[in-house]
Amino acid sequence: MSIRDKVAVIGMGCTSFGEHWDKSANDMLIDAAYDALADAGLAPDDIQAYWLGTCASGWAGISLSEPLKIQYKPVTRVENFCATGTDAFRNACYAVASGAYDIAMAIGVEKLKDSGYSGLVITPPPGDGTAPNYSAPAAFSLLAPAYFSKYGLDPATGKKVLARIAYKNHKNGALNPKAQFRKEVSMEKILQSPIVAAPLGVMDCSGVADGSAAAIIVRAEDAGKYRPDPIYVKALSVVAGPGHGAMHQDYDFTSIRETYHAGVDAYRQAGITDPRREISMAEVHDCFTPTELVIYEDLGFSARGRAWQDVLDGVFDLDGRLPVNPDGGLKSFGHPIGASGLRMLYEMYLQLRGQAGPRQIDNPKLGLTHNLGGFPWEAVCSVCIVGKEPG
Amino acid sequence: MVGITAFGAYIPFNRLDRRKIAEAYGEPVPPGEKAVANYDEDSVTMAVEAARDCLAALQPGSLGGVYLATTTSPYREKLSAATVAAALDTPDTVRTVDFTSSLRAGSAALLAAADAVHSGTDNVLVAVADCRTAAAKGQFEQLFGDAAASFVIGSSNVLAELEDACTVTGDVLTQWREADDRYVRAWEDRFVVSRGYGPLVTKALASLAGKMRLTPGDVHKLVLYAPSHRYLAGTARSLGFEQSQIQNGLFGEVGLAGAAHAPLMLASALESAQPGQRILFATFGEGADALLFRATANAGRFMPHRGVTGHLQSKKNTMNYLTYLRWKGMLDFEPPRRPDPERPSAPAMWRNTRNNLAFYGSRCNSCGTPQIPAQRVCVHCRAKDEMSGHRFADTPARIATYTIDHLTVSQDPPTVFAVVDFEGGGRLLCEMTDCDPAAVTIGMEVEMTFRRLFKAGGIHNYYWKARPKR
Repeated sequence: MSIRDKVAVIGMGCTSFGEHWDKSANDMLIDAAYDALADAGLAPDDIQAYWLGTCASGWAGISLSEPLKIQYKPVTRVENFCATGTDAFRNACYAVASGAYDIAMAIGVEKLKDSGYSGLVITPPPGDGTAPNYSAPAAFSLLAPAYFSKYGLDPATGKKVLARIAYKNHKNGALNPKAQFRKEVSMEKILQSPIVAAPLGVMDCSGVADGSAAAIIVRAEDAGKYRPDPIYVKALSVVAGPGHGAMHQDYDFTSIRETYHAGVDAYRQAGITDPRREISMAEVHDCFTPTELVIYEDLGFSARGRAWQDVLDGVFDLDGRLPVNPDGGLKSFGHPIGASGLRMLYEMYLQLRGQAGPRQIDNPKLGLTHNLGGFPWEAVCSVCIVGKEPG
Repeated sequence: MVGITAFGAYIPFNRLDRRKIAEAYGEPVPPGEKAVANYDEDSVTMAVEAARDCLAALQPGSLGGVYLATTTSPYREKLSAATVAAALDTPDTVRTVDFTSSLRAGSAALLAAADAVHSGTDNVLVAVADCRTAAAKGQFEQLFGDAAASFVIGSSNVLAELEDACTVTGDVLTQWREADDRYVRAWEDRFVVSRGYGPLVTKALASLAGKMRLTPGDVHKLVLYAPSHRYLAGTARSLGFEQSQIQNGLFGEVGLAGAAHAPLMLASALESAQPGQRILFATFGEGADALLFRATANAGRFMPHRGVTGHLQSKKNTMNYLTYLRWKGMLDFEPPRRPDPERPSAPAMWRNTRNNLAFYGSRCNSCGTPQIPAQRVCVHCRAKDEMSGHRFADTPARIATYTIDHLTVSQDPPTVFAVVDFEGGGRLLCEMTDCDPAAVTIGMEVEMTFRRLFKAGGIHNYYWKARPKR
């Protein structure tokens, strides 16, 4: 039971990410979709079905069919918090693998900069108003003191570890023309940024940006007809958790269980037993620096309690043993929710095909993308693994 | 025998040192400090806390009535006593009444409770709370404090028998708030005292003394409402009482707490009452009520959880005047770039009334795991619909981890959110209050307190928060 090597990506498009005051969600969808079509050498009518991922920038399939003038074809809107983009891709892959369609497009978009709010705001359904109204950085900052305390890091060392993650991602993002922030940021500036949710400063948080990305999917055996260098899907996993950590005392806030379980599921599908050695590179959900820290351990890139040392040792740097967020991550790209998962896949698509320019990693074989939506104790998580070769 | 069978108090944790007001305006102020309700407190939440202070010895299920007395009801139309009763987890057959509009509301509620007990309703809780706002830079701002007191009136295990009472009514315009007034208005002091307070209180006390053939020497403590420290001593002495008989008015510790003021003094007097001692209690507000209590042999066998003494000692008095103005809604700060909370849904509130107000979660009958909010499928063993209600309101807890949120909407940022682990199982991620963010630590002992989370669409949304153990 696995999606491994059943489908391939034959074209992708990705807008630049940033404050696109002059572009609507529709504009960005059009840009990403036509980029992907051009990349695959296809016309709009070649696409048989669409999966649109957006968290809050549109509703229903018409959010895509109207701007693109899709002629009465299936369009499914997908929402799954921060896993939205990857889940749209996953559903498109399954539809093609099943034989229901030969060519499908997954596309994600988010327009965050029209709200006027700092950070992501999702309006909850009507309720009794007793759910605590913490901000997203506050929710993820709960990981930091718990991790520091469990593994004996004094607050200064802990803060430095977190800053080192942000430093790395900005350094990578400086090399990426599509990133929102394209400058290196010094450790000192990160460490001294104003506190948003202690111990996290502004520079521990991902940015707020608009963007869109799209992928075109065909069955693996057909991929060669479209391009000589497609990439192959090795694993697709989405898991949703029971919300256990906010109610049960055996959760200690040093791990996100949804990430762990999605990783285990994806590695099984892809036949990976030693991710630290077998995965060439990863794009992970660095919404806040402590999130990336615990992801290393949950995905088996670091042993439990060792990720902080690996961070300081540069293991995840662009020239490290296992580069993580080579494109700059959410830190450099911001996080237009529906688009992020496909933006990560776009970097894998570039890297596996040797197209990543100054960020190019030496001959990568397998790339992993990871998204996490919700909160550390109650999340949806997606993990996708793609490879350069079938088999 | 009908009388007080339990009593309690609530004084907010935060106190404003009156010198902070002096610093702000460069003018002299009376000595001491005043108790200040936090921005998430109001008369309803303070009444609940005072009631919890006295209910340690009494099951909420035994209450026949819950009477709330306040001049600062959160609603003009909607019963607040019903919220207090729900938070205390009383049965829904309880009689609930709000006594409002008068500084005499507290004594009126006590008298009504005594009448109810005489006619067969046992164990009526009377909670008196007030948090009046006064305009900036005025004498009332210096004087007023926020507090609450509570009593159970019953007929068994009486601590202080209500021997007799006397009421005088007089429609004198001394102080008032029109329906839309935010701040208390008053006529000049000399009129208030010479034609209002003085003669009315004197008449009520004299009538009661005449009926009971009492002289000041028969009274151990005089618990007397007074518009200020000066008038308390002056009036008491003019009636023939010695200084040692005058119950401390707490002007330097709490401030003038409106309808709750004399009741708070009464709760304090009861803490040290010895069997046989008489307490004469008098209030004022468009007339006067005088009530004579006599401590029974049970006096001293009941003590509130913290009482006035405990609450006076548990405090933080470092708040500055700007924070005070902010909490009282007298200073508009630039809002954060975040959406205001949506009004809560009445049907959703109704479905969760017991869970949200009485603070129930559930406990799995199969594996025993307590959980909050209440679940249908067990978070531990996944048994379906095998739950019993489990109340967490009085369960001690500790902080598992926490954050200090500078981004979320709050009347007093930053907001501390903590993951709270309850003794015996169960965990809740909730807001903290009455805490110094810098002093919060993993492992810190906390207790739950009833608060107003926010107001939206004219709806006050009450729930529970954690605070460092007081």
